[in-house]
Order: sequence, then C-alpha cells, then structure tokens
Amino acid sequence: MKCAEFLQELTNYLDGAIDDRTKAELEDHLAWCHNCYVVCDTTKKTIEIYRDSQLYELPEDLRTRLRTAIVSKCQAKKKAGPERV
Amino acid sequence: MSAIQPKVSEPVSDELTLVQAAKAGDVGAFEELVRRYDRNVFRIAQHITQNREDAEDVVQDAFLKAYGNLNQFQGQSKFYTWLVRIAVNEALMKLRRRRPERMVSLDEDVKTEEDSLPREVADWSPNPEQQYNQAELRDILTRTIQGLPASFRTVFVLRDVEGLSTEETAEALDLSIPAVKSRLLRARLQLRDRLSRYFQRRESADGRPRHDSGDGNQ
Repeated sequence: MKCAEFLQELTNYLDGAIDDRTKAELEDHLAWCHNCYVVCDTTKKTIEIYRDSQLYELPEDLRTRLRTAIVSKCQAKKKAGPERV
Repeated sequence: MSAIQPKVSEPVSDELTLVQAAKAGDVGAFEELVRRYDRNVFRIAQHITQNREDAEDVVQDAFLKAYGNLNQFQGQSKFYTWLVRIAVNEALMKLRRRRPERMVSLDEDVKTEEDSLPREVADWSPNPEQQYNQAELRDILTRTIQGLPASFRTVFVLRDVEGLSTEETAEALDLSIPAVKSRLLRARLQLRDRLSRYFQRRESADGRPRHDSGDGNQ
C-alpha cells in the first residue's frame, strides 16, 4: 500500500468504518511508515481537540434571552393561527 | 491505533412525543426541544457565519422556522437532523448576505493547493494543548478553523464537533455520502496541517526538548 492510498482511507479508518481486511492492510502500512503513523495520530488528536474545545459556548444569560424571545414568538404565532394539525 | 470514540448523544426516545405535542399546539413541548438543541444550533451557526450576532439571529430564525413548519416534519429523520438542515440554510444565507462578493455554496468542491500529501509530518508534543493557556488555545483553534472554506468547515463541525453520522450530515447538507467523506477527509487533513505549526514537538539537534522558541539551533 502506498501513502496516498493510506490517506484515502484515513477517514474511514479513524471512524472505524472499514472491513477487517482493509483495516489489517492499513495497520500493516502504519507499522512501517512513520510519516503516515504521525499523520494518522495527529489527525486523530486534531479531531479530539476540536471536539473537546467548547468553542462558541452559548452563555446562559443569552441563552435565556433567546429562548424567551423564541417562545413568545411561537405563542404569538399560535394565537394568530390557523395552525392545523 | 483505535478509532475515535463517537460523542454519546442523549436518548431521543421521547422526542417524537415532544414533536407531536408541539404540532398539536403545546408551546411548552417546543420549548423543551429548544432547550435540548439551542447550544448546538448556536455553535453550528457561529462556525458557519463566524459572527456572533448572526449566530444569535440564526438560533431564533431556525427555531421559528422549525415551529412554523412542524407539519412538514415527517419523522423519517431525527428532529435534530431536520433542525440542523434548517439552521445551516439560515446560516449560509447570513454568510452570503455579509460576503456577497464571494459565492458561498456547499456544492463547490473546493480545490486547494493543500490537497496534496500533508507537508508537515513532524510529530506533536505529547499533550499539545497544554502548551497554551485556555484563551491562547481557543484563539488558535478558532483562527485555524476559520481559515477553511465554508463547505469543509461545515462538514467538519457537523461530523466531528457535533457528532452527526456521515448519513445524517449528508442529509442535513443535501450532499451525497461520498461528497461528505471527501470534504471531511480534506477538512481534517488541512486542520491537522495548520495546527502542526503550533503543536509540533520542538527538539534540539541532540534530541532534547528545546527551551527557546527561536529557530536558529537546528
């Protein structure tokens, strides 16, 4: 397996979306290709860092304000009807 | 190397009941759906629009649109996937309005010079995120992801940050599964490549960790 082929399968590999045979081939490649090992390992870290990053958390006061506005507009819509089920 | 562990999502068994109640006019039931997903919608919207005021508008507009169109929700998909689809469309409209000079589309298959093999293959420090304080790290991550084309950024956020499946992401973005996979791969590789500038292991020529941040002693 060449490095380019490995990279094509990287997303499926990291997501666990591959059959056992392909997985074995990829891991065989990883065992001797240091570059691909590093790319694979640091891509996984990239995903984990973003997943755990808590970027753009909604502050609680803004959250309440938005929810109140949404609910009151929904109430108004309901009264204005006719909303048929 | 093990596969990434998917984010555990809350049970959604009572969700259809809430949707049915909301359809029948129970605003309280709809409010519960808002509580469940407002943080996710806000995060997705801010990643796409890159603007906090726009993201606030998207949260309101998306939920109101969902409320007004509940009767069109058939229940074949999860309510959340349906809601994300509405929110992504609202967010893209905001983005287009703000940057009319640039065509913003999820269909564009952006070719960039970074699509070739990764250039940076230096290994990272064992705990790269601990090299920076929280504010610095947040800044690095924000600037890095903002540099991606909108179509890559959106796929990455839905799949890897929000934990939607490939199928759900395809449905929410109206893309084919191969298109989602190809954008996801490129988004992940580009982010990794760009983060390497901040996270790579710094060593001196004798293999010991380097203490200065200059680049002269290699």
